[in-house]
Amino acid sequence: MARLSKNDVLKLARLARLELNVTEVDEYIAELNEILEYVEQLQGVETLDLKPTNQVTGLTNVMRADEPIDYGYLPAELLKNVPQVLNDQIQVKRMVE
Amino acid sequence: MMAADWEPIAQLASRVQAGSTTATELVKRSLMLIAEAQEYNSVIIDLSASALKRAQLIDQQVARGESVGVLAGVPFIAKDNFLVYGGETKAASKILSGFVPPYQASAINALESAGAICVAKANMDAFAHGASTENSDYGVVKHPFDQTRVPGGSSGGSAAAVALGLAPFALGTDTGGSIRQPASFCGVVGLKPTYGLVSRSGVIAMGSSLDCIGPIARSVSDAALVLDVMSGRDALDATTIESDEAGYFPIKKTPLKKLKIGVIKEYFGDQVDSDIRTTLEATLSKLEANGAEITYVSLPSTELALACYYIICPAEVSSNLSRYDGQRYGYSNPRATTLDESYVTARGQGFGKEAKRRIMIGTFVLSSGYYDAYYKKAMTVRTKLINEFEAAFNSVDFLVGPVAPTTAFKIGEKSKDPLQMYLADVMTVAANLAGIPALSIPVGFDSLGLPIGLQLMAAQRQDAALLNLAAAIEEMGN
Repeated sequence: MARLSKNDVLKLARLARLELNVTEVDEYIAELNEILEYVEQLQGVETLDLKPTNQVTGLTNVMRADEPIDYGYLPAELLKNVPQVLNDQIQVKRMVE
Repeated sequence: MMAADWEPIAQLASRVQAGSTTATELVKRSLMLIAEAQEYNSVIIDLSASALKRAQLIDQQVARGESVGVLAGVPFIAKDNFLVYGGETKAASKILSGFVPPYQASAINALESAGAICVAKANMDAFAHGASTENSDYGVVKHPFDQTRVPGGSSGGSAAAVALGLAPFALGTDTGGSIRQPASFCGVVGLKPTYGLVSRSGVIAMGSSLDCIGPIARSVSDAALVLDVMSGRDALDATTIESDEAGYFPIKKTPLKKLKIGVIKEYFGDQVDSDIRTTLEATLSKLEANGAEITYVSLPSTELALACYYIICPAEVSSNLSRYDGQRYGYSNPRATTLDESYVTARGQGFGKEAKRRIMIGTFVLSSGYYDAYYKKAMTVRTKLINEFEAAFNSVDFLVGPVAPTTAFKIGEKSKDPLQMYLADVMTVAANLAGIPALSIPVGFDSLGLPIGLQLMAAQRQDAALLNLAAAIEEMGN
């Protein structure tokens, strides 16, 4: 089965938007491979007649009234946690060049 | 440290209501005990200002002759992944440092409506990833009986706080054993209810198909009362189920006669400490002597459950943790010059090692080309495990086994090897995969004087029966 190379780990970190330093990359190569090797014991399990379980409650089509609720928040209050605010808006880096 | 004593929760609340004590007195006592126990690092966020204010309001209500609720004035500690007004919520992670939630968890609202008061937030493994609290970005919690050992995890702060008597009860979350294992290590009662019985709204998500909220308490009856208050449908969490019409409190005495209890064979393998085995066997003999029928049952997929869990859980973690991107809240890198650099550095610097490890495993098992072989396979093996539980519950009323293969281990003993830490969850993850209720109850001590817990499991929605049996075992022990 899969054995992760250094490039694979870098690719995963890239997909997950994680900056890793050199030591972390080396540690993760070893650790992720060890963990994947462990979970690969599932590959040999016979599951032909079984369907995957996506949820365990058996609930279907759970609905609630589609009504707006006024929680009385002030914009300034909600913006308190935002790292960078400009004119009462969340400021991010440029997305489109 | 001598653990502080508290009366049963129902009694505390009725004394507050009757005016023979006050909410302020109880809150002050809890805050004082927390201050005295700082060396254990079980609590990381102080909510004393908001708690004292709430206590005063409750005392005024009582003075006006109003009925406050079944938890009137009772202080409690919430694990730091519950959003609670009055302070930070950071799930013991650096990436959420300084985050003050604009709304509160439904479970906290329910407890407050009944008169309870959250006095502090408990330390935990960051984002609830771990079995020892060593993954906290705010330092490890020390075991109440031996400061060189871990209290278990991820709700280690909650369990240690209850064992130290810092408050009458605490809240924890259990995704793969995170309530039961620390409760077992610390010698207190920990309940993971049926999946969906307590709303997850306002609790920081880890593995959404597995996450459960439950009480850690000093007695089964206290845990039952807290569950009774928190359980039931919530419009803010579409996966919630109705609670039992009869409720969970007070405990109904269960005659042990005619009860069929199945001992899970695979949970008593060579990996289990001999002291744990001997202690649990003694408890089972006592149950038998009291009329219960003890049989041995097999759950052949026990070991597969752990492999299954360590695919499904990281997959859900990688998805749930994608929201921490350093833009709208949480840690942000002010020096980033592009959007991509801002994402990558906020997440790279803000997340701890274990969060990153799980995000990458999750990203891998969900990625194109590997999805079927890992994620879908795990979801299918999950069905196999559920079928085994169903078959077992056709022949017995309850299943029992150890909570973990060992008692509290040493700080640093497993933290260098992630897989060894994962193996600590081998007996607890199955209940989460199957969505069934499970509970840890203290039944003795090993040769070092460390607590040993017994794990009880029942079929889905049999939470009341599970609590009733646990109370009978508790009584039998005394």
